[in-house]
Amino acid sequence: MTATFLQKLPAERAEATLQGRKPLMTEGEARLEAERCLYCADAPCTTACPTTIDVPGFIKRIASGNLRGSARTIFEQNILGASCSRVCPVEVLCEGACVYEAWQHKPIAIGRLQRFATERAPADVLVARRAPAARRVACVGAGPASLAFAATLALDGHAVVVLEQRALPGGLNTTGVAPYKLHADASLREVERVRALGVEIRTGVEVGRDVAAAQLLAENDVVFLGLGLGDDARLGVPGEDGPGVVGATAWIERMKLASGGRPALGRVVVVGGGNTAIDVARECALLGATEVTLVYRRDVDAMSGYAHEMNAARVDGVKLIVRASPVSIVRDAAGGVVALRVAVTDKGAPVSGPERDIPCDLVALAIGQSKLRALARQFPGVALDARGCLVANPSTGATGNAKVFSGGDCVNGGKEVVNAVAEGRDAARSLLARWSRDRLQTRHAGA
Amino acid sequence: MADLSIDIAGIKSPNPFWLASAPPANTGDQVSRAFDAGWGGAVWKTLGDPIVNTSSRFAAMDYAGGKVMGFNNIELITDRPLEVNLREIREVKRRYPGHAVVVSLMTETKRDWHTLIRRVEDTGCDGLELNFGCPHGMCERGMGSSVGQEPKLITEITRWVKEVARTPVLVKLTPNTGDVVEAAQAARDGGADGVSLINTIKSLMGVDLERMVPNPRVGDASTNGGYCGPAVKPIALHMVAAIARELRGYPISGIGGVSTWRDAAEFLALGSTSVQVCTAVMHLGYRVVGDLIDGLNDWLDAHQMASVRELVGRAVPAYRDWGELDLTYKVVARIDDKTCIGCQKCVVACQDGAHQCIFTGREDRPRPAHAHASGAARAPFPFPVGALAGERVPWVDEPECVGCNLCQLVCPVAGCITMAEVGGGPRDSWNERVARGAGKVAGGIHD
Repeated sequence: MTATFLQKLPAERAEATLQGRKPLMTEGEARLEAERCLYCADAPCTTACPTTIDVPGFIKRIASGNLRGSARTIFEQNILGASCSRVCPVEVLCEGACVYEAWQHKPIAIGRLQRFATERAPADVLVARRAPAARRVACVGAGPASLAFAATLALDGHAVVVLEQRALPGGLNTTGVAPYKLHADASLREVERVRALGVEIRTGVEVGRDVAAAQLLAENDVVFLGLGLGDDARLGVPGEDGPGVVGATAWIERMKLASGGRPALGRVVVVGGGNTAIDVARECALLGATEVTLVYRRDVDAMSGYAHEMNAARVDGVKLIVRASPVSIVRDAAGGVVALRVAVTDKGAPVSGPERDIPCDLVALAIGQSKLRALARQFPGVALDARGCLVANPSTGATGNAKVFSGGDCVNGGKEVVNAVAEGRDAARSLLARWSRDRLQTRHAGA
Repeated sequence: MADLSIDIAGIKSPNPFWLASAPPANTGDQVSRAFDAGWGGAVWKTLGDPIVNTSSRFAAMDYAGGKVMGFNNIELITDRPLEVNLREIREVKRRYPGHAVVVSLMTETKRDWHTLIRRVEDTGCDGLELNFGCPHGMCERGMGSSVGQEPKLITEITRWVKEVARTPVLVKLTPNTGDVVEAAQAARDGGADGVSLINTIKSLMGVDLERMVPNPRVGDASTNGGYCGPAVKPIALHMVAAIARELRGYPISGIGGVSTWRDAAEFLALGSTSVQVCTAVMHLGYRVVGDLIDGLNDWLDAHQMASVRELVGRAVPAYRDWGELDLTYKVVARIDDKTCIGCQKCVVACQDGAHQCIFTGREDRPRPAHAHASGAARAPFPFPVGALAGERVPWVDEPECVGCNLCQLVCPVAGCITMAEVGGGPRDSWNERVARGAGKVAGGIHD
């Protein structure tokens, strides 16, 4: 079963033409940087990490040449530590909290050190134990939350099956992360690390079509819903239907997974103000688009995308137009996109006044993703909030159905990979604690 | 510009910086280049009957990302024919008449010493250094440190030398001895004009854990070598100061880890008239003398000393026995909230490695049961909010602080932790207490 998912990945992908911005450190670089770490007590970097990795601990082990121990320190808290090292917004998490930062020294390159440790360490750093009374567990969706949940239980010896409706596992790490941060093949290699713990991953399986929710609930002790989010949201403006208008995540997925190499890009307009919008805009610029413009309806300081990402996008050549709201897509007689027509806004809402056309050949919509309400509703007792997010206890992942747990984007509405990992892991840990308590009680009752 | 010229036991040198007898002073070409770079003198690598060396010969200890904190060698005395060395010494002396050329010697019988000295002094050299210190190889043949560890032999061989020597004689002492002052006294008894120290310290540098052979490896084995470099400086400083204190005014050429002008100034302040350097040159080249010269010069100018000779021995009077130290002198740690970066290394160091008096947080903290002061440690009020570290600035329970310096030593920010002088009573030393019958502290073995 080794590398079967990797074999499904075409070589001629557009993303393969983009190089990472933070290359793998050499051993010399890593050791020197590791020695710079102050080994803070009650380290702010660890506190800032959603998965609470013992950052000084893994860094000191790099310095001492204990690469296996370093990777173990990371993976024990974050099984997806390899992809997180590359996709985490370290500027606002661990590295942003580094005491060097306040001191106006360069913070420790924690992300790059973590990448060094996780990529250079041997594959068998974590070994699953055999549980005497293994539970049966199914996960719906093979994204970061499910993988973290699955790995945590598999390490304790439980039998975990992950069902994924797409052809490839890994969730957004495989389909949606900007290629200058992480390529799909690196994500799939990380998935192999989870499989190596004994987790079974079945792709092309859709709940409700190939297997009923009721059957999953009947055959398993626990079902974890790591559904992620659905299709890209639409603007609902005239001219939107037809070629030349794409959803952001769908387009990124094509660049990451489809064969055909680098596309010829003309003038691109990206609509949105979040990190996905910035990702798409940067990716277009790096893929050689002649012009890339980001259109956002509010002011720049209201953008939900990180400032450091927007600054990097500017460096890559992305222009930003703020306080502009799309009113229509302008097409020529042949139906081709020629411009995005926008209105001036006030507090994000369009106001009457002159409209303007931003000439373009491609419009990418990064204004959010739909919620997979129908899928979630197949599980009785599982509730959705007003936004369509699945309701789950933030520290245990428990839902309204005693057998169903959940975490990741479908619960939090769309956060970082590291948040999904933390939620999946914590749900699994709370289950393990509960099962351990149950065992003790059974033993005492028997005695 | 201060006058850097010196006269040590009658050997004149344009500055106090000499190459030590070692690989950097092995040949005429090397010593010439060293003099061109600015070195004031050189002690020629030890002459005697040529030997055969091993491959490999050197090993180093790195620390915290830095290279060659300590260095070790198993190289013996010169492996070049005596006649070649003498010819080159004569040539160097002819080209550099104003520089100090001292020749290190090591041989066995009285007749050998006499023959060697006559031939060497024929070159026009400025002085002789007797190698009674080499702790590897030569000592197994009854020379080097096997002489230096036996005061009677030091005196006797020095007498043989003085019977024929016309130039000043320095005896190079080994630190591998119980009392270096006794060895220096023995050299003076034999008529030596001064001493140089320290030679290298007997050492094993480490073990190749895969081969189970110590370093440096010679085939399938290794041997003990001589340790030197920055790591040995404190040991050398003590030995130099001990001799300077006991044998007042006796000329000393200081050796041991001198890498910077500051190291050199410290050796001079503790009684050396010249300093000898080897490891720094082996690591960084002859050019390091540039820093030695202008650094020392600027320091002398800044302290209104017209000559380097004014610095020699300045700190010796302050080197005392423990029993003479003032027991009522008291300092406590103060943490500057403006520059603290919140790493809290001082907290861990104090809690785990010292006297449990540094804390974090706004709460008062219970003192440990063994505390000297009673009651709780009072958190400061108003609580300091650091300019850089916010509420992560630790605080010191001053009544419990013993003023050990540990927090200051581990703090990465220069000047952030200061040791403030507090209170203190009239001077009282242990010796004074004993003299007045107060040399007993309650809680002893017989209480």
